[in-house]
Amino acid sequence: MAAAAHDSLTRARVRTAWLFLAPMLLVLAIVALWPLARTLLLSLTDASLGNAGAARFVGFENYLVKEDGVWYGLLADPLWWLALRNTLTFAFVSVAAEVVLGTLIALILNARFRFRGMMRAAVLVPWAIPTVVSAKMWAWMLHDQFGIVNDLLLRLGLIGAPLAWLANADLALWSVIAVDVWKTTPFVALLVLAALQMLPEDCYEAARVDGIHPVKVFFFVTLPLIRPALIVAVIFRFLDAMRVFDLVYVMTGNADATLTLSVHARQILVDFQDAGSGSAASVLLFVVIALLSVLCLLAMRGEVLGRRQ
Amino acid sequence: MMALARAVAFRLLVAALLAYLLFPFYYAVITSMKGGSAIFSVDYWPSQIDFSNYARIFSEQPFALNMLNSVLVAFAVVALSLLLGLTAAFSLGRIRFRGRNALLFAVLAVSMFPQVAVLSGMFELVRAFGLYNSLLSLVFSYMIFTLPFTVWVLTSFMRELPHEIEEAAIMDGAGPWTLVVRIFLPLLWPAMVTTGLLAFIVAWNEFLFALTFILSNEQRTVPVAIALITGGSEFELPWGGIMAASVTVTLPLIVLVLVFQRRLVAGLTAGAVKG
Repeated sequence: MAAAAHDSLTRARVRTAWLFLAPMLLVLAIVALWPLARTLLLSLTDASLGNAGAARFVGFENYLVKEDGVWYGLLADPLWWLALRNTLTFAFVSVAAEVVLGTLIALILNARFRFRGMMRAAVLVPWAIPTVVSAKMWAWMLHDQFGIVNDLLLRLGLIGAPLAWLANADLALWSVIAVDVWKTTPFVALLVLAALQMLPEDCYEAARVDGIHPVKVFFFVTLPLIRPALIVAVIFRFLDAMRVFDLVYVMTGNADATLTLSVHARQILVDFQDAGSGSAASVLLFVVIALLSVLCLLAMRGEVLGRRQ
Repeated sequence: MMALARAVAFRLLVAALLAYLLFPFYYAVITSMKGGSAIFSVDYWPSQIDFSNYARIFSEQPFALNMLNSVLVAFAVVALSLLLGLTAAFSLGRIRFRGRNALLFAVLAVSMFPQVAVLSGMFELVRAFGLYNSLLSLVFSYMIFTLPFTVWVLTSFMRELPHEIEEAAIMDGAGPWTLVVRIFLPLLWPAMVTTGLLAFIVAWNEFLFALTFILSNEQRTVPVAIALITGGSEFELPWGGIMAASVTVTLPLIVLVLVFQRRLVAGLTAGAVKG
């Protein structure tokens, strides 16, 4: 009797759970699943953006097709491969730099010194500034004629003539990476700092008593302990960097030198009004990121298992 | 001697980092206060205090309207995502049922979606609902960013609350809605403030959807308005105006972030460290 009452109570609670979940799930299905499914479908058609109704099913033609012995489609387009290379370069280099610099800042913030409060507040500033605003601020600082970066480097004698940081194809991607590092290092620093603050005091005490050099302590004590937090930060940032759009679009537009997968997909979709091919480019980006996410998850699982053994 | 050298080196390192972090915004502020041809000379210190750039963005452009649009969108996004996030977090955090972890994982997966991957589908949807060039299209589409982390952070906070809290209320015959509003809402205020702020910042900064779904100057939000500021002629540098607009939208955000520093940092790191 009591068990039956308990059962019905549990059932009522589960019903409540779904009822309270329903609005959120419905909204998420409408804004995420449905558009994704439509993008997938549109990528198999020759739809134009204004008029998807008259679209014709074309199979995988937007991706890859062989006609009269010549390959067409995104996967045969050197521009797509260039965008993939730019995106991977951007993601790898910026995340690597952010992790090194972010760890350094976190170590400083974790030390005791007089201006620590000020420093902690300052770290949040680049993070709080809207991406579009940072892009514009840096574009102005990197201006080829009136920019302060050229002025400073000329005064210091590091360059002989002003450089066109954003127009020069050899420099543009590196400039954009530098701005991304400035903007997102604080996020990494905060994650690492949170991990540092949870470390036990006693191993440091022991290391200090034994007179071990701080650099050695960092590599043999701190680093292994904050590894999990670092891995989480790297995965978050890497998957985020793979979809970079705002920064690149505002700083260098659709220029080839900095073209990323997101910028490329938007260009086809909106500027060329080609919903079919643009959707295919979006789907390819989705697939690239999904594959990388799975790889990251596997790496993380390996990490967790490795620690348990 | 060594100790002194080390202390000096440390101070220098801190000073260099502070300069690196803060200089760009400082430079934006001094550039925004340069009128006329002063913009053509590089200055490291404030050379003049001239607010004509600020006056111009409000008189020659609908910048006040753009700010209002951004505020409206951001507040609506915060309210909606907190409401949906709170009810969902109640289910996910307090009730055991099959598929709960799979659901949490699915919600997390959505936050990994590249924005551009839903762009064409979302564009269709916005058109179909008749929301093209309307601020509602933004409120609606921003849910894809804000819901996943709102649900995650609120669920993790919800789980930490002790069980006795709701048992007493259930004994008194409180329904689930009463439970959420009367018991959990007051306890979750700190978490709500944190997630609300994060959602506000995301909505305030968003660019791609705002660029794509809004057509007219008067309906634009601030980031797009700033990105599209151009000079009056080919020979006029628009940078004074751009920097004035940038400083105007960034200052309130910086103040907000500094005031809520601790909460924000806790929210940012909560998911990552515990997860």
